[in-house]
Amino acid sequence: MRAQPLLRVNDLKKHFYIPTGLFGQETIEVKAVDGVSFDLNAGETLGLVGESGCGKSTTGRTVLKLYRPTSGNVFFDEKDITSIPGEELNKLRTRIQMVFQDPYASLNPRHTVKTIVSEPLVIHGLMKGAELDERVKELMELVGLNPSYMKRFPHEFSGGQRQRIMIARALSVNPDFVVCDEPISALDVSIQAQVVNLLQNLQERLGVAYLFIAHDLSMVKHISHRIAVMYLGKIVELAGRHEIFDNPLHPYTQSLTSAVPIPSPKMERKRQRIILKGEPPSPANPPKGCVFHPRCPIARDICKTEVPQIAEVQPGHFAACHFAGTPIQDT
Amino acid sequence: MASILKVKNLVTKFHTVDGVVNAVNDVSFLLEDGETLAIVGESGSGKSVSMMSIMGLLPMPPAKVEGGQALFNSKDGPVDLIQLPYEAMSDIRGGQIGFVFQDPGTSLNPILTIGKQISETLIRHLGISGREAKDKTVSLLAEVGIPDPTLRFDAFPFQLSGGMRQRVMIAIAVACAPRIVIADEPTTALDVTIQAQIVNLFKELRVKMGVSTIWITHDLGLVAGLADRVLVMYAGQILESAQVDELYENPKHPYTIGLLGALPRLDTQESKRLVSIDGTPPDSTILIHHCPFAWRCAHAFERCWNEKPALTTVGEKHTVACFYAMEEGR
Amino acid sequence: MANKSISHGADSRLEIESTFKDRLSYLGRLLWRDRTGVVGILIFTTVVIAAVFAEFLTPYKPLDQDLYASKMPPMWEEEGSPEHPLGTDNLGRDMMARIFYGARVSLGVSFFGAIIAAILGVVLGAVAAYVGGRWDEIIMAPVNLVLSLPYLLFVVFIASVLGSSLLNVILIFGVTNSPIFARVTRGEVLKIRESAYVESAISAGARWWRVLLFHVMPNLVGPLVTLISFQISAMIFYEAGLGFIGLSVPPTVPSWGNMLSEGRRYISSYPWLTTMPGLAIMYTSLGMNLLGDWLRDVSDPRTRRSGR
Repeated sequence: MRAQPLLRVNDLKKHFYIPTGLFGQETIEVKAVDGVSFDLNAGETLGLVGESGCGKSTTGRTVLKLYRPTSGNVFFDEKDITSIPGEELNKLRTRIQMVFQDPYASLNPRHTVKTIVSEPLVIHGLMKGAELDERVKELMELVGLNPSYMKRFPHEFSGGQRQRIMIARALSVNPDFVVCDEPISALDVSIQAQVVNLLQNLQERLGVAYLFIAHDLSMVKHISHRIAVMYLGKIVELAGRHEIFDNPLHPYTQSLTSAVPIPSPKMERKRQRIILKGEPPSPANPPKGCVFHPRCPIARDICKTEVPQIAEVQPGHFAACHFAGTPIQDT
Repeated sequence: MASILKVKNLVTKFHTVDGVVNAVNDVSFLLEDGETLAIVGESGSGKSVSMMSIMGLLPMPPAKVEGGQALFNSKDGPVDLIQLPYEAMSDIRGGQIGFVFQDPGTSLNPILTIGKQISETLIRHLGISGREAKDKTVSLLAEVGIPDPTLRFDAFPFQLSGGMRQRVMIAIAVACAPRIVIADEPTTALDVTIQAQIVNLFKELRVKMGVSTIWITHDLGLVAGLADRVLVMYAGQILESAQVDELYENPKHPYTIGLLGALPRLDTQESKRLVSIDGTPPDSTILIHHCPFAWRCAHAFERCWNEKPALTTVGEKHTVACFYAMEEGR
Repeated sequence: MANKSISHGADSRLEIESTFKDRLSYLGRLLWRDRTGVVGILIFTTVVIAAVFAEFLTPYKPLDQDLYASKMPPMWEEEGSPEHPLGTDNLGRDMMARIFYGARVSLGVSFFGAIIAAILGVVLGAVAAYVGGRWDEIIMAPVNLVLSLPYLLFVVFIASVLGSSLLNVILIFGVTNSPIFARVTRGEVLKIRESAYVESAISAGARWWRVLLFHVMPNLVGPLVTLISFQISAMIFYEAGLGFIGLSVPPTVPSWGNMLSEGRRYISSYPWLTTMPGLAIMYTSLGMNLLGDWLRDVSDPRTRRSGR
């Protein structure tokens, strides 16, 4: 492992301002991402999990600067991409790529597979002509598609195949880092496994680092080295993948891990579930103090007033909770 | 145990401009009284269509139920749901058989209050007065875990979150004390913690009301802690059927084995690659006269390409449609 | 390495390599499936042929008068003759020749009018959507104003100010129809800009002009082609309307509108003077509408394949 992480995200915030009122004279501030920090090493996979609306996708997009961050820094290879000029950022885009959730919407329906896969290469003027053709063929084989399909249009492929096209495209420029935004959640179970295996094999072969955003905890555990759990715009816990399941410190993580179904009837019968009450509040109107306190089974008075800071509770295991590690009694 | 629903040789096709889609090909199964039956399959496997066919909920045309029976042990004696006239069918739907759909956002009427929607079902099927219906609705809302039920009676669907809307759907489904509840991917659109709440609610209601449930899902993980028995569907056919413990511990069909292997396990420390099933399901416009899984099956041999395997008993309440599994079992 | 997952999957859907012949037969099936589209294409083709080859299709010139053979009914009537299949008008001009030559005016005005409208409108709409902010308001305010005016009244007013000539009519139609193109373009561009594939292009490093040229424009083609065909159909109507009140091309030019206008005086005694151009207008407009419907379905590769 290198001394410096490939990606260092420092107190990243992304707030959206939504005009309301009859004439849009007032704005609601939605703190989609509210002070997120993490590192990612070369060749590593960091899983980012959370429920819908927790800001995990916004985090991924802000890290890529598809959204302009409200504040905070994103250091990629020691360069702060939040402040570098557009030209330089565009050059960096050859090293940072993204795979999107919906393989039906993320491929331009009017472009052939070849055009789609080669677009990043063409944009950056890296290849053309026969060399480009060769590269597209090579990429299609790499992701398990028949190269003779390269003149076809996306609608001629199934969902899993489209996601392979998307992955081939992202890998075309040999990136160091790929943000995978829910890359499998639109796919069927047997196809999910194909895509996850492909991503893992490609990481082994090419040494690419992933930020793997998903809501499916068991899949995230399977593919990630470390996992960050988000709740309402904040990372509430970050640890190694086994650590986070075997020894969750934050009560939210504890309930999440207990809620994930295990495909074994015997285990399921033995399990103790921590079922949270209520639902996540709106990020437009987050609770005071710890954002989790209204649903938290162990909340006390301090949680209603003071925001817990994320801290390294155990080596390499971070949590943002005043009472990190307190076991939850069955409710 | 007596069976409450007996489906025999169900065949459903869609007549589309691209040809005939063979959505359900000769499906037979039983639902026993008080049992939770899970029908598991990927998109296009026919799991939803087979239930919709039975309940007469498919748009016809293009859909057409071309054969089969669905004998339902109704309160007034056994009836074949497939042959039932429209009026009688709509008496059963929502009354003796309740539904919960995947997307609570679109299956509730956006311009009626939730209280109105529930009480209308009650008035329609139980023939009680408006006042009685209101009282009963409030207690139903409380029963499905909606806080402040008297207040929420007047809420519109858009004022509720996804999880709350699904609770309302469940309240409507169980309002008239049905004999069967059919739940079609009821938690797929929900977050993990909300999914856990809803699954819990189903388990509670089942204990309280003793209702038989058919749970349609793609999620084998979810089924493990929920169902008594599981049917695995693929390309419009049932490939395997077994009691839940048996299916997870002793799966016979290569497809079931593949599906289970494709799920990451939280209960192991090992980090093996997932088992992936190559390829994609067959084109449903082709009528297949051999094993529909043969293309993707690592064990397929000559017979699999020549004949269609029928469901064969391989253990107690365990049937499988696979020549390879049958050979092995011998 | 688990190489199995990287191997080519046994894919039953894509197993067969499609050839040129396959694609051709696929197009054929597509046409057959939507038979109204075939009818639209047939109608459109016949009108274009009539307009382009008018000289060869009829021995008469549209302005040749033959007072001995005036007011002859169509050939299927008792006094008709096969020499003038659709009869003659009050000055003995051959109706069929006038309708064929008249198609040139109708098609020319509507086609070029629609093209000008499309070009103007697309530029305005794309700029409004792409630059946004103040410019969006500056462009869309007059666009919405024009769209809120009663169209025919507006056109009549401009036409009466500018006077009647072929070029004027084309320009009037071009300018007055551009707002609808601007509005549609703006809406489509905004939608496409929000799409995941544009986001994907930006994350790959694409600049705005590349996004516009390679992602936005190709996806605009479908809706625009459809709109153009509907607009052509509408302009055929409006041209005839203007002609009818004498504000389209000069009365010496044979056009369907002018024919209607001239025939109006004889509508009770010689009804074919009005019914023939009327039928021509209806026929062409029907064809363009059917064509437009078909294009809307076909131009989208997503609906093209499954039809679901």
